[in-house]
Amino acid sequence: MADYPKNLKYTKDHEWARKDGNKVVVGVTFHAQEALGDVVYVELPKVGSAMTAGKQFGVIESTKAVSELYAPVTGKVTKVNQELTKDPTAVNRDPYQAGWIVEVEVASAGEVDALLDAAAYEQLLSTQK
Amino acid sequence: MARTTPLNAAHRKLGGRMVDFAGWDMPVQYTGVIQEHEAVRTGVGLFDVSHMGEIEFKGPGALETANRLITNDLAKATDGQALYAGLLNPAGGFVDDVVAYRFSPEHIFICVNAANREKDFAWMKANAKGVVPVDRSDDYAQIAVQGPKGFALVQRLANKDLQGVATYRFTTGQVAGIDCIISRTGYTGEDGFELYCPPAKAEALWFALLEAGKGDGAVPAGLGARDSLRTEMKYALYGNDIDDQHTPLEAGLGWIVKLDKGEFIGAEALKAQKAKGLSRKLVGFELTEPGVPRAHYPILVDGQKVGEVTSGTMGPSVKKAIGIGYVPLSHAAEGSTFHIDIRGRPVAARVVKTPFYQRG
Repeated sequence: MADYPKNLKYTKDHEWARKDGNKVVVGVTFHAQEALGDVVYVELPKVGSAMTAGKQFGVIESTKAVSELYAPVTGKVTKVNQELTKDPTAVNRDPYQAGWIVEVEVASAGEVDALLDAAAYEQLLSTQK
Repeated sequence: MARTTPLNAAHRKLGGRMVDFAGWDMPVQYTGVIQEHEAVRTGVGLFDVSHMGEIEFKGPGALETANRLITNDLAKATDGQALYAGLLNPAGGFVDDVVAYRFSPEHIFICVNAANREKDFAWMKANAKGVVPVDRSDDYAQIAVQGPKGFALVQRLANKDLQGVATYRFTTGQVAGIDCIISRTGYTGEDGFELYCPPAKAEALWFALLEAGKGDGAVPAGLGARDSLRTEMKYALYGNDIDDQHTPLEAGLGWIVKLDKGEFIGAEALKAQKAKGLSRKLVGFELTEPGVPRAHYPILVDGQKVGEVTSGTMGPSVKKAIGIGYVPLSHAAEGSTFHIDIRGRPVAARVVKTPFYQRG
């Protein structure tokens, strides 16, 4: 079932962001994983690399398609989910917990607050159908 | 407007995710590619392949007429045998790859790729000497029942014993009370049948098979699983791995070419190529570094592009990133190494034995 937790923020590119102090955890939404189909590979950025809001920071591949991952916020990558190299289908099974992709240290936490809330994201999805 | 098969409504009812494939509205998946792939490897899956074309040669001289168009030798086959073959242009390149069914020397039935239906029929009509081919594509739907439990499933619904129908043999009979050509063929590397039936009966046959296969875990399977299954077997896909620029010899399909059978279109070019020696060959490789090879990614030797990936995927059964592509003969032997350019990043690859997947 489609699920868009209220404690997360969302982008029009179908990533989610969760604030955790001055860190932000990032992944892809339920809708994104469903549209992709079975995820077989995630190309992760390097820890310590910089990411810029709206710019590509990685690649996610399903059995059939290659899709770019776009950064919801600007900051420095502090952690990447290495488990995904062994089990990329975690993105499908559990997109908001086990399927997280990167953790980012952000300069301004306010950047996250400006993203879409769950209701606005679901509204966006309904207009795309 | 995309063309639809007689099973289009069934696909939608079953939750198929529909995509355009060669102008046809077809299901790429129902629940998930990997799940459907596994069902075919361990149980049984049903594929709608009604979009494929059928061209028939009937009457005295049918065998001789068809034999001059294809690489394999229908004269050496028996009635009730099917042959994989190339339909070639005079330069030896593939017009298509086909399966030719010998009902009798006066009745040859050829199954062609969906994307090539019109082209193949025009080609055959223009080049047939003797019997005039008839396009029967709209008279047949086709369901592929594939997997280790596929034989028993079809047998339970059939009105005759199918034990004698060996691999690449076929018969006619009823399945679920519906008249079918029952062919022990497929494109997955698993046992099973391809059933040709009247379009008006396709939906009844489809649901009868699904219902009767419930206990075997029978599932509908989409084009996504069909592609990953055939890639694990290194079965060529027309338009990807073979086309009018590549010959069967280069594609590693020398076994479907019978140069001693007498004249056929493309034979002279193949003889010349054989005498001269090949310069490139279609190989199967696996990545030895993380990544997934995809069609059209460049193949690099010493940083120089020497070819392109023609098919690639993360093989669900082999659990490796595998690919197919043409490489210079110098890099075609098992164990040869080169790189695949994945979005600007050279990723190491090694030629391996194929099929990638070994049954059991």
